[in-house]
Amino acid sequence: MVTIGPGEGLQVDLQSSVAAQFGRQIKAVITETLEGLGIKDAHVEAVDKGALDCTIRARVTAAAVRATGKDVWKD
Amino acid sequence: MMFVPGNNPGMMADAHIYGPDSIMLDLEDSVTMAEKDAARLLVHNALKTIDYGNTEMVVRINPLNTPYGKKDVEAVVKAGVDVIRMPKTETAQEVRELEAEILKVEQEIGRVGETRIMAAIESALGIVNAYAIATASPRMMGIALGAEDYSANLKTNRTPGGAELLLAREQIVVAARAAGICCFDTVYSNLDDMETFRKEVELIKTLGFDGKSIINPRQIEVVNSVFTPTEKEITKARAVVAAIKEAQAKGSGVIAVNGKMVDRPVVLRAERTIALAVAAGVISEEEAL
Repeated sequence: MVTIGPGEGLQVDLQSSVAAQFGRQIKAVITETLEGLGIKDAHVEAVDKGALDCTIRARVTAAAVRATGKDVWKD
Repeated sequence: MMFVPGNNPGMMADAHIYGPDSIMLDLEDSVTMAEKDAARLLVHNALKTIDYGNTEMVVRINPLNTPYGKKDVEAVVKAGVDVIRMPKTETAQEVRELEAEILKVEQEIGRVGETRIMAAIESALGIVNAYAIATASPRMMGIALGAEDYSANLKTNRTPGGAELLLAREQIVVAARAAGICCFDTVYSNLDDMETFRKEVELIKTLGFDGKSIINPRQIEVVNSVFTPTEKEITKARAVVAAIKEAQAKGSGVIAVNGKMVDRPVVLRAERTIALAVAAGVISEEEAL
């Protein structure tokens, strides 16, 4: 689950069952996804249970779209 | 064709391991309205990232007259989906509207003509219009029966024998064959009754369907075992094809195999048996020649 709120810069709080092995990679995917959406300031709380990168990208994008009200698809 | 909910990333990641011919990621009935946006992104990212090998990837979108349909088309075409399954199709005009939406997105990404369409027919009106739907677009690769909605529309219930579906099934096979496209039967949802499931698969194979929709990997083996030709059938088919090739080389059209006359319909059936055997992996393409 990914929750996005206001923040200064990109801050990522991660709880993950695989944090020791993949924590850095997961945080990088979250940060890259937000940067790709043009989001520079946000506080992200992510609870991960070993999801694939593509799932993390989708979850972060969905949370960002809901937080900003700006969809990635055309209306 | 195995149905996989578009809001379940674990199942989307693992589905191809079980070896279905095609996987249908669902954005429609298995996803609640509150989850439509998240499921669309999950499906988009899964299609772009996961290597599904030779498995044909299908996505069932929401109808275009809902707030979700056009966004679904954009998301899955941009991810390079093979086939869009259009639910609750009732007219050829609906297919043409979907075709126009697909083309818009394809032109944007420079991938024109790559996305094919499968129409699910799930109402009496759809069955009446089956041939018009099947021929509505050169992108049409198949039509499929959606039996739950169809039965409700007929004001009847589904039964183990499937009497209520007989006309619809026959109409879909005939329309597909007349249009030169594929046809797929509906799902069977009682996973605890594999015997009735097998009988249903045997019935739809006899009717002429190309395949069966399934909801669980456990059903794959049954479908494959029914659709895979037996060794005896393959041997007979190869004898027919070999004999007709020899006859053609000699300038003769009519032949006999094991004392029985073989004409064109027999040859066509033999060729389909061999094609099914190759598709099922029981003989190689080289062996089929």
